[in-house]
Amino acid sequence: MTDRAADAVWEVSRLELDRRLQRKRASRRSVLIALVSTVAFAAVAGWLVVSSPNWDTVQQTFFNPEVAAESFPKVLEGLWLNIRVLFFATIAVAVVGTLLAVMRSLRGPVWFPLRALATGYTDLFRGLPVLIVLYLVGFGVPGLNPEVRIPVAVLGTIAISLCYSAYVAEVLRAGMEAVHPSQRIAARSLGLSHAKTLRLVVIPQALRKVVPALMNDFVSMQKDVGLISVLGAVDAIRSAQIIQAQTYNFTPYVVAGLLFVALSWPMIRLTDAVSARMARREQQGGTV
Amino acid sequence: MSVLELHGVHKLFGDNHVLRGVDLSVDEHEVVVVIGASGSGKSTLMRTINLIERVDDGRILLSGDDITAIDVDVDHVRGRIGVVFQHFNLFPHMRVIDNVTLAARVVHGVAPDVARDRAVSLLEKFGLGDKVRDYPDRLSGGQQQRVAIVRAILTDPELLLLDEITSALDPMLVGEVLDLVRDLKAQGSTILMATHEMSFARSVADRIVFMHGGRPLESGTPEQIFGDPQQPETREFLARITHR
Repeated sequence: MTDRAADAVWEVSRLELDRRLQRKRASRRSVLIALVSTVAFAAVAGWLVVSSPNWDTVQQTFFNPEVAAESFPKVLEGLWLNIRVLFFATIAVAVVGTLLAVMRSLRGPVWFPLRALATGYTDLFRGLPVLIVLYLVGFGVPGLNPEVRIPVAVLGTIAISLCYSAYVAEVLRAGMEAVHPSQRIAARSLGLSHAKTLRLVVIPQALRKVVPALMNDFVSMQKDVGLISVLGAVDAIRSAQIIQAQTYNFTPYVVAGLLFVALSWPMIRLTDAVSARMARREQQGGTV
Repeated sequence: MSVLELHGVHKLFGDNHVLRGVDLSVDEHEVVVVIGASGSGKSTLMRTINLIERVDDGRILLSGDDITAIDVDVDHVRGRIGVVFQHFNLFPHMRVIDNVTLAARVVHGVAPDVARDRAVSLLEKFGLGDKVRDYPDRLSGGQQQRVAIVRAILTDPELLLLDEITSALDPMLVGEVLDLVRDLKAQGSTILMATHEMSFARSVADRIVFMHGGRPLESGTPEQIFGDPQQPETREFLARITHR
């Protein structure tokens, strides 16, 4: 088939060149407005804080550079514990969360006990405040047998995993239910068992749908591992507390806070990028 | 007077040059049917007219207004054009009546009871009087598409874009939708439609436009296009589609 239409060479018209120029001008204008208003807002906010009557005292107590420099190595060392806790908790949550989600998706009366167990678990641990779970596990479990000493960091990891498994299980289940039923029907029609349908067809599609939600839970867990300090584990927050008790200066907490932000920031940006990429893929063009 | 005019419209998706300088006009009360193979640019053409895709060159005029100017109010332009899609795109969480009256109430500021009365009378006229309170998923494909058409015409758009509105329907249901389009033509609606239903195109079109390689290759009355096509590509396309 000849394609005569393609032979004609397209030269961009004056009209379009003019439109592009106007668009460029308009976007330059809006960038400028955004820049000016941002700077103005930051200046006003900064001035309001700095000009308040007790700013000097607050600055000395919370933003003291010397104390910050002094406490930094200790707090960083504490953060290393948080990172290790996060590592093991993530693995535990991935395994337990998936198991719970699959248990809740089982059909048929035979599976009722498992289903009920999973439902009860997620109901309970999504409702319980993390702090209370930490106390129960951190102080209750060792109380059962004072002979055996379990490190508090391990108990903290268990408590955090218990809570987050429930959240992640619910996210995964929502994702599995969002996969269109026709996909299950197609898989079962090919002769795949329920388990194989889940593993090869449903879960891969479900994961793709819930990646942003899962990453959000991960970011949330990244800072909640700091709560293990209430059990006495010497993590970043506990280290900061120790220095604060010695110096009566709160700057170490700010240092710890900034370190937590630095820890979660790459993941937050990645979450945004992944969401944006998925949105682009699903929209396939169009300006609405 | 022309309701719609396209002058040298180009559209590229990356390196894919989909529209290669389209010139086209639709007069008031005219029904223009666009035919052509998949990938010839029919749908993209519709989407550029409704400003869903931004043109990369050329100009589109709606009743004389340049709607490709950069300062144009896109929502206002879209409010002047009615669109019906291949897959109906009704809102599943709204009843038929709410689907149909949404734009009138929310965009055009029509009083809810006025919009409602007009919607009910149109739905009744097109045999959907008993579906007013139903949700879309209770309706057959043909019924859903008729509801979608009522939604598009409720606010009296200057131009109606119908993009392969029967392609997703059971052959048994195509007829009821096409009958509705015939009614619209009889009432004097201005319609630009893309379709693969050649016999329908032949009976309802005032003018047929054959798209090939991203531009209208040949256009004329149904008698000219179907009876005596001038271009070899047109002949080949018609031979393929009618002797399936």
